[in-house]
Amino acid sequence: MISAQGLTKRFGSVLAIDNVSFNIASGEFVFLIGKSGSGKTTLIRLLLRDLAIDSGTLIIDETDVSKIPFSKLPLYRRGIGVVFQDFKLLVDRNVRENVALPLQLRNIKPAEAENAVKAALETVGLTDKLELFPAQLSGGETQRVAIARAIVAQPKLILADEPTGNLDPATAKSILKLLRQIHEELQTTVIMATHNAGLVDHSSLRVITLESGKLVKDTQKGKYE
Amino acid sequence: MNNNPITTALARMRRSPYQAMAAIITMFLTFLLGGIFFLASTASVIIIQYFESKPQITVFFKDDVADRDVEGLKSALVGTGKTTSITYVSKDEALKIYREQNKKDPLLLEMVTADILPASLEVSASDPKYLGELEPIIGRATGVEEVVYQKDVVDTLLRWTSAIRWAGGVLGGLLALDSLLILVTIIGMKIALRREEVEVLKLVGASPWYIRFPFVLEGALYGVIGATLSWVTITGVTLYIREFILGFLGMIPSIHALFTDITSSVFILSALGFWAALVAVGFLLGSFGSSLAVGRYLKF
Repeated sequence: MISAQGLTKRFGSVLAIDNVSFNIASGEFVFLIGKSGSGKTTLIRLLLRDLAIDSGTLIIDETDVSKIPFSKLPLYRRGIGVVFQDFKLLVDRNVRENVALPLQLRNIKPAEAENAVKAALETVGLTDKLELFPAQLSGGETQRVAIARAIVAQPKLILADEPTGNLDPATAKSILKLLRQIHEELQTTVIMATHNAGLVDHSSLRVITLESGKLVKDTQKGKYE
Repeated sequence: MNNNPITTALARMRRSPYQAMAAIITMFLTFLLGGIFFLASTASVIIIQYFESKPQITVFFKDDVADRDVEGLKSALVGTGKTTSITYVSKDEALKIYREQNKKDPLLLEMVTADILPASLEVSASDPKYLGELEPIIGRATGVEEVVYQKDVVDTLLRWTSAIRWAGGVLGGLLALDSLLILVTIIGMKIALRREEVEVLKLVGASPWYIRFPFVLEGALYGVIGATLSWVTITGVTLYIREFILGFLGMIPSIHALFTDITSSVFILSALGFWAALVAVGFLLGSFGSSLAVGRYLKF
């Protein structure tokens, strides 16, 4: 599903991603680990085409990401669910409206969207919070809403950039459990960047390790080192 | 679910009422002055057309003028083929006209008799440029006391109209520019405040237009609201001074027809047409200003 070959990204003289190559099959769950500044977020942003690729190729579902024209970028991004460390919910929209956002962008009919929103919120266990605003939710609940928004349009790929970074250990564990449940139930490919060694070690899943922009290790059932 | 860009734009206006008020007041002042100058300019054109349609030369005769002198002048003028009408107004007819014009003021009627009013010839040239050719003929005629050229009145009015248009154009242009700059600043501030929201929308796949449209619409709404408020003010003031306008310019048929009955279709359609024009310009000005801000501050 995802094939990166010689992927490189520079910020001025800094090499943020240095000749990185990997393949990820459809339906895999992959941890992306590394110290701060190792390039995890940059790699996520390249996968989302939030940053332009300087050199190398990145193919996702037979689409050469570097060649997507500007006008087609929104369409490309609609096929990916994204979860951020700082949640990035729209503060002036309630839970229902935040989760419905990706469906609005696809011009899904309101009745159909309403059902999809309820289903997504049921998956994350927040059906009773439909009318609340982000400021009225706890950190764990806010991240669950962000996950509901990421899955509501049933994307084939979810990119999660430090989704447990702002959460306490117990909540972080529940969020990972939720992501794994979604991955198993919907067969969604998930790439999760994290600092949380406990979560990685406990999961026994594939781990890609970055260091100073280089891919230094890629192991199945890896550990946080 | 809130997917309506108008609702989004209105909600954003409610959330920053002082910025919204500043933008609306600026637009209101622009359209208030622009609207006043537009109406003044239109009224000037109507007044000029009225005076241009009136006899352009009035020749007043001495009391002892002979009928053959009047007829001689009349024939000479008709002979040029450059007049559309020549009307002789006798002393008695002049008194009749005077009485009609001053019927509301008996004091002015008491002392006036036909003897003290001069007979006159009202000459209308087929084109103002022929006035120069008619002048020498009148000048050579005998029994002429005084000649009043309507052209002088029209020239004065034209100078006034031109001044009003210039002043209105310059002031309106400056105010429109001022409105644009204020709008660009306000919408720019709003975009800056919503940078994170814009970022989120971008990352979840919103098109540039989906992100930009509510901002553009917000600017357009400022224009529409400001224009509507200025229309309400101008129409209100115009209705308040209606009697004064009728007293001053009521002799002009189109103005008389417009203001005599405010429930007439003429007045209602004119008022609505004026409102539609102001709103259309407000919409365009607001959209243009906010589009400038969006183009400047929302890069993709």
